[in-house]
Amino acid sequence: MTCRNYKDLMMAYLDNEVDDEQRKAFEEHLASCPQCTQELKEFEKLKQLTDNVKLIEPEDRIWQQYWGNVYNRVERSLGWILFSVAAILLTIYGGFELIENIIKDQTVGMLLKIALLVLIAGLAILFVSVLRERVYFWKKDRYRNVRR
Amino acid sequence: MGSFCEDETIAMWGCRSSSKEAFEAIVKRHMKDAYFIALGLVGNHEDALELSQEAFFRAYRNIKQLSSKGKFFPWFYQILRNLCFSHLRKRRLRQADSLDEFQENNIQVQAHDTFDPGVVAERNEDKDRIWKAIGQLDEKHREVIILRHFRNLSYEEISKILFCNTGTVTSRLYYARKRLKEILDREGPRLAGSQKGGR
Repeated sequence: MTCRNYKDLMMAYLDNEVDDEQRKAFEEHLASCPQCTQELKEFEKLKQLTDNVKLIEPEDRIWQQYWGNVYNRVERSLGWILFSVAAILLTIYGGFELIENIIKDQTVGMLLKIALLVLIAGLAILFVSVLRERVYFWKKDRYRNVRR
Repeated sequence: MGSFCEDETIAMWGCRSSSKEAFEAIVKRHMKDAYFIALGLVGNHEDALELSQEAFFRAYRNIKQLSSKGKFFPWFYQILRNLCFSHLRKRRLRQADSLDEFQENNIQVQAHDTFDPGVVAERNEDKDRIWKAIGQLDEKHREVIILRHFRNLSYEEISKILFCNTGTVTSRLYYARKRLKEILDREGPRLAGSQKGGR
């Protein structure tokens, strides 16, 4: 084995993740390799210092409120979905009512009526185009059924 | 960390039929791991709390994507790390924008100034420097350091949640520590603790 192979073993040795056989082989290599011995010493110092860094445990209040905060997100997302669906339905209904009134209104000029119809036709084409694109890419997505 | 225990899968089945009680049990079991991993990845308390809770919310919403034999935590970890890394990228973009503004006024901005040493217990100069240096590691190196040093996971456990083999974990740890040492050496005099000697 070369020094490069032992470098991989060095981390496992440092973190006590080696079996007896690997430990023996590595220690034999260390006895004959001053570079690896020096590098191991430096890593040991670094590990010791890094292990000394502990993170502050947040107050109990944070943990007591934790699930409540997650639950609020779940509940609010349902609220937002219902709100959005209702808003879309009401907007469509209101839009149709408005258009119907304008079309039927004799006092509104023909040019405005045509512009309105063209606007609706444009929106419909855009909507269908985007929808078709999404469906096309969804069908082509090879990973859509991948589950872990 | 009880991430790989059998009863977790049983509780998970409850979640798959939208049982909030079962999901509550999972959240309470893993909230500390989630928070501390997020803290290690993003570097400050507020973002870590927000991102870890958001990850649980997304996990609940997508729990049906988890196959029946899948363990919760490795799957959840992917959601959490993606959220954290995405947050960091947005933060870097914001910093880059503000850096342009500050440079016009000749003000220096540290690239990783949001990695807050205030979250480190019993602070001293060495610990602050190490924490800041961890903040300067790239993402895949930082995550192995966090999982190994701050959550005390074995190589086997790290390999399960990173979906790689233990050889890759060993190799990443080697380069992560090497890089960490380079950053510390570059950024100032030798650390006080490192002069005390080895084993």
